[in-house]
Amino acid sequence: MFSQKVAQQSLRRLAVQQPLSMQWSMMRASPAAMALGKGLQSRPATTASNTEDPTQILAKQRLNRPVSPHLAIYKPQIGWIGSSLHRITGVVLSGPLYLWATAYLFSPALGWHLESASMVAAMGALPVAAKIALKSILALPFTYHSLNGLRHLTWDLGRGLTNSAIIKSGWTVVGLSVATALGLAFI
Amino acid sequence: MASLRSTSRLFAASRPFFRPATFARSYATVEAGEPANASEPPAKMKSFKIYRWNPDTPSEKPTMQTYDLDLNKTGPMMLDALIRIKNEQDPTLTFRRSCREGICGSCAMNIDGVNTLACLCRIPTDTNTESRIYPLPHTYVVKDLVPDLTLFYKQYKSIKPYLQRDTPSPDGLEYRQSPEDRKKLDGLYECILCACCSTSCPSYWWNSEEYLGPAILLQSYRWLADSRDERTAERKAALDNSMSVYRCHTILNCTRTCPKGLNPGRAIAETKKMLASM
Repeated sequence: MFSQKVAQQSLRRLAVQQPLSMQWSMMRASPAAMALGKGLQSRPATTASNTEDPTQILAKQRLNRPVSPHLAIYKPQIGWIGSSLHRITGVVLSGPLYLWATAYLFSPALGWHLESASMVAAMGALPVAAKIALKSILALPFTYHSLNGLRHLTWDLGRGLTNSAIIKSGWTVVGLSVATALGLAFI
Repeated sequence: MASLRSTSRLFAASRPFFRPATFARSYATVEAGEPANASEPPAKMKSFKIYRWNPDTPSEKPTMQTYDLDLNKTGPMMLDALIRIKNEQDPTLTFRRSCREGICGSCAMNIDGVNTLACLCRIPTDTNTESRIYPLPHTYVVKDLVPDLTLFYKQYKSIKPYLQRDTPSPDGLEYRQSPEDRKKLDGLYECILCACCSTSCPSYWWNSEEYLGPAILLQSYRWLADSRDERTAERKAALDNSMSVYRCHTILNCTRTCPKGLNPGRAIAETKKMLASM
């Protein structure tokens, strides 16, 4: 302990008298190396300041930044797939309705027969398989959109908003809508 | 005191002189030359496909780069894999990380199609399928897995996320709250603003300029639900427009993806209820 203290004291004295000699790299260097300047500390990193305005660098980078991938890479889950289906079925239901209603409005002028009696006759003339196919194509968006609409109403009341409830109700709606659509198609 | 300090600094500088060799500590190294042990389990190599984009070469399109790791030598979490890749295979791989225990929210990214924190996400042990890692969806990429969250933080600032009061507390010491009122803040205050939920929300993808997004709306509701805040009416008026809240179409990706198990979807539903009963 005492010898350590002595060494420390002498080192302190050395540091005060010859500060340069306290540098570790200098202490190891031989006198020859020191004469050749090899003991000098080297700094690989430049310390010259960047003259370019850093905010300009940032602004330039921002112009080129890509948008990270989103819809294509997100994992298919009942939540958002079901939600997009809700919107798609809504369009599928309302689109033909608007189309048919507009056509019906202009049908007298164009000489088309879109009234109920002729539609029923046209439907009745179809083969059974086509009837069922056509009816289920229209019935499935209707049942899915209606049942999922009920799901949305319960959410608006602040209920059924846990993860397990969302997944369960999502698949329940899918199952029920397929079943009721088939039921409607076979009526 | 000054002399003491200089002594200790000197001592620190000269420590190598006095430290016995037995105390010297080097970095852990794998012993070289040791033959492969027969009892060592076979390597469990798993591929990680990681999104890469470098701002220094902006004309090059983002690419997916594959790295292979032996899962026997990697920690259990995705962040362990990323750090190992950066340390051992590719030091240019860039991502944010800090606490490695799900409290800072830095390492939020899209892993195998779901937004989560890399530090809380276990590496799937199935070595046949590769893991795909992307930055948070529909964000501007700063570099590799680092998204630009400037807008997200600006939106957070816009909801004034602090207690606003005009009346002083009765005892002049602190604003008191009943245990029941305090309980209303559970599930709200734990949010670490990692942006996993906001960037999982398709509504936020298409309308991020105006729609606040689930994370900010959860925080907004945290102040609406606080019994001590006195600007509830003002806060509600700020939200009562077609964009701020009502771009939420209850897709509920937010609730599904939250790595902290919080429920932004319910917070938004409660906000809508509050706005309806205005």
